[in-house]
Amino acid sequence: MTKKIYFTFDGKKYSGIEGDTLASALIRNGVFVIGRSFKYHRPRGVISAGCEEPNGIVQLETGNITEPNVRATEIELYEGLKAFSQNNWPNVNFDIGSINDLLSRFIPAGFYYKTFMWPKKFWEKYEFFIRKAAGLGKSPTADDPDKYEHFHYHCDLLIIGGGASGLYAAKLAKNSNLKILLIEQNSQLGGEHLSKQNSDKDSPLFKKLEKLNNSSNLKILKNTTVFAYMHSNYLLASQKINKKNLRQVIWKIRAKKVVLATGSIERFLTFNNNDRPGIILANSARKYINYYSNKIGKEIVIFTNNDSAYKTALDFHLKNVIVKAIVDVRKGSDGDLVKKAKELGIKIFFNSAIINTEGRKRINKVFISKLDGNFKKLIGNPEKILCDLLCVSGGWTPNVNLFSQSRGKLVYRESDATFIPNKSFQEEISIGSCNGTFNLDEILEETYDKMKKLLDGFGEKIDEKYKENTEKIFQDKMQHIWIVPTNKNFSKTKMFVDFQNDVTAKDIKLALQEGYKSIEHIKRYTTTGMATDQGKISNINAQGIISDLSGVPINELGTTTFRLPYTPVSFGAMAGRNIKEFFDVERTTPMHQWHINHGAKFEDVGQWKRAWYYPKDNEDMSQAVNREVAATRRGIGILDASTLGKIDIKGKDSSEFLNRVYTNSWSKLAVEKCRYGLMLGDDGMVIDDGVTTRISENHYIMTTTTGGAASVMSKLEDWLQTEWPDLKVYLTSVTEQFATISLNGPFANDLMKKLYPNFDFSKENFPHMSFKAVESDGIVCRIMRISFTGEMCYEINVPSSYAKDLWEKCFKLGKEYNITPYGTEAMHVLRAEKGFIIVGQETDGSVTPIDLDMNWIVSKNKYDFIGKRALSRSDTIKEDRKQLVGILTKDPNEILEEGAQLVESISALPMTMVGHITSSYYSPNLGRSIALALVRGGLKKKGGKLFAPMPKKTIEVKITDPVFIDPSNNRLTA
Amino acid sequence: MFLIKCPYCGEREQSEFSCGGEAHIVRPKNPPDLTDDEWADYLFMRKNIKGVQFERWNHSNGCRRWFNIARNTATDEILKIYNMGERPPKIEGNDLKTPSGEPEIGSGNISTSFKKE
Repeated sequence: MTKKIYFTFDGKKYSGIEGDTLASALIRNGVFVIGRSFKYHRPRGVISAGCEEPNGIVQLETGNITEPNVRATEIELYEGLKAFSQNNWPNVNFDIGSINDLLSRFIPAGFYYKTFMWPKKFWEKYEFFIRKAAGLGKSPTADDPDKYEHFHYHCDLLIIGGGASGLYAAKLAKNSNLKILLIEQNSQLGGEHLSKQNSDKDSPLFKKLEKLNNSSNLKILKNTTVFAYMHSNYLLASQKINKKNLRQVIWKIRAKKVVLATGSIERFLTFNNNDRPGIILANSARKYINYYSNKIGKEIVIFTNNDSAYKTALDFHLKNVIVKAIVDVRKGSDGDLVKKAKELGIKIFFNSAIINTEGRKRINKVFISKLDGNFKKLIGNPEKILCDLLCVSGGWTPNVNLFSQSRGKLVYRESDATFIPNKSFQEEISIGSCNGTFNLDEILEETYDKMKKLLDGFGEKIDEKYKENTEKIFQDKMQHIWIVPTNKNFSKTKMFVDFQNDVTAKDIKLALQEGYKSIEHIKRYTTTGMATDQGKISNINAQGIISDLSGVPINELGTTTFRLPYTPVSFGAMAGRNIKEFFDVERTTPMHQWHINHGAKFEDVGQWKRAWYYPKDNEDMSQAVNREVAATRRGIGILDASTLGKIDIKGKDSSEFLNRVYTNSWSKLAVEKCRYGLMLGDDGMVIDDGVTTRISENHYIMTTTTGGAASVMSKLEDWLQTEWPDLKVYLTSVTEQFATISLNGPFANDLMKKLYPNFDFSKENFPHMSFKAVESDGIVCRIMRISFTGEMCYEINVPSSYAKDLWEKCFKLGKEYNITPYGTEAMHVLRAEKGFIIVGQETDGSVTPIDLDMNWIVSKNKYDFIGKRALSRSDTIKEDRKQLVGILTKDPNEILEEGAQLVESISALPMTMVGHITSSYYSPNLGRSIALALVRGGLKKKGGKLFAPMPKKTIEVKITDPVFIDPSNNRLTA
Repeated sequence: MFLIKCPYCGEREQSEFSCGGEAHIVRPKNPPDLTDDEWADYLFMRKNIKGVQFERWNHSNGCRRWFNIARNTATDEILKIYNMGERPPKIEGNDLKTPSGEPEIGSGNISTSFKKE
């Protein structure tokens, strides 16, 4: 007894048996209508039994684990599975949208594009309906609770496909020393062999192949699809696990050699009304009746242009299904299978075609007509035959998707109208039907020969050779017929080419008539092959039809580009574990936990989490920032500045190196002194700034901006290694080795004395812009008296592991000075009050030091430094470049928006923009708003008037000096 | 994603490296003597060859060393890796490979071709 499995489809309960896919279980229950087509909402059922399925796609499960566009032919049935049909309303059996089917002549190919173009203003009216109609399934709206993983795997040999050729290749290589990975997309190995009826399975080779198992050098992955073949034999595969907590795994594989054994896909035929439920690919029907023991029809008709579909007829006959007719396009065939069918008395219509079908929710009759000798015209009256299943075979398409992704070149084979691998670009071989070799005996021969060569290349031995004499069932003497002739007006036919996107033969004809010639353009205009199945079945038929209608041979048309992924990959699988806190690296300072404990709000600066502000009680952001700013100017403000980049520079040429990379001069900087530096690119634009300290004769420590640390380090290394290898200079990033505590305010000096009681912090011994290494409790701190706030300030660089202790000690000893932690927002306000720039805020890669009015830092004496030559280019010496100025609003309570545009006159439209606001804040120390801006020719316009036109009002502003507080530096040097 | 054999660390994935553009562009020793055009030429003008190109690469997520690569930009084939300061190697017998039949100039996205009338 096979186990029953219960599931629901559109809310109705059904049962299937173990081993069923959702598709086979639905068919078992007589459910043939699985969905509605995309454009015309025609009822559709499955037409295949694999990943090429265009019709049978469903919404799987509900809530946060729901998944749209799942192929019913691939999903293995499990207890309690819930699936829903897509693209219909109110339900799949009665769908309002099917009115489109009747209106089809109003929505031809390129309909969407036409609505964009004409009449122009109508797009606004269409848009709502088109957007509503677009897409098939629905994405989940809640977080996915399941996990996804990425695994890396390296192997000597990757075999893709567990059918006859892939398995045989694995067996031939298994006794070597090679590490082999075999990947099969279905749940069972065997491929085509599985679709055979029992007596055909009696093969000594397959008995051996079936026993292939994981071993020390062979790993087999099932339910796994290789979806990308990239450079250097790098391939990606997605594995369905569907266990609690682990849903899918992406395998990232590097293989020395790849064996492509990806098989082939059966083609459909293009005739009128070829999309009714109950019309199915012949070999897929065979898989349903043999592998799934699923009596898919009672009275069947076969429509074919080759021998392989006769196998389906014979197998159905064996299971006592009435085969009412085989309709064969060809004038005749003397193949073994055809002979057998004749012997069994099955009625065969040669040189004939099915020209129409009937039956809305399941096919109930076909119309057969005789063809002329060129297969272009119909002869005589059509004959009607009743049936409930029509099995179609239009030949076979080698699955060259991965081969093409690897950039191998295809060649067209006229005899069976196939594109087959020709010239390899990467280290791979194609074997079996994906290489256009269809019959088993030939496949075995080819696999052995190619594997022998491949293993010889590795210096490895091959396993024993197998031979098997089998029926020739594939591909012999096929007659391609891209469009089946019709007795109707062609423009009124429904001959579907791409089922999922509802593209018909007449749409392709229309595209050609409208002037499209390139196959890539026709594809995009008609959307053929652009649905989630990527035209696995339909592409070759579309090419054939274009060729037929345009008279250009297929080999000259070429193929459309095969792109990854081969089958759709879910976003969850792509993201893997790299979500939420693992989405990007988060860097935190040693004081991070303290910030959290004290209620800090954080802001992202590069990868760093920086304390933004520390709201107290019920303060909002501006209240907190105003308090922090005021406290810093009146008592002591303390900032965690650990994120600033710190580069340790050593070597006898360090001073010369700094001379070359900074605009100012470094040779005369005394030991234990600090200097501010501006770094340019060779285009003269500011890229970084910061204070560099001379610790000893040949030892400097450079600080960079937080965000620029990595790029500055890498740029400096670039200059050293590539332009100046003669300089003896060594760079080490010590950003994370030292944490930085910045103490600012009029009482900073008092606190320093308490922190380091044995050291002389007098103005004489430790003036502004100087450095001391001070020891306390056995820890040496590097202390700089530098300032980014305009207040007296000490920056203490302490080895990171001691930083939190020292930070807390500052609060203990600084209580009497109202020591107040301030975040990056208050830092911005404080420095803007003082007119200090922030690289990346006041500058944007188009600003020179001259534009910033920082002439004083650009050396006139140095022959060269990075960026010097560019400062005298015709463009950089222009006087009306955008220059840094201060901006004060007429209304002191008005705070400008950063990025606001500035104009000189608002009387005429269009207004000419002369600048923009780069920074804007409320300054609690001035009791009014302040701003910085880049204004065209601004340095000469100080005192002048500008306007900031905003959506609701126009704000009048005055151009001023950018230094708003303490222009004479009294506070700084106190 | 191709593999690059770092001369200091061995074979690693491309994502560990960053490309620094065309190699063998030397910063002029006498910038003040150059005209604007000459300076702009050093600063901005770069070749964009379809075929063998000499490039600077940095093992930025590894040893941080710079080195040169001769790479066929049409196929991503790495033909030679050599040190900074070395002269560009002679590459012979690597005519433009066009695995998908693409033309000498262009995107390479033309597995399509349509005969001109």
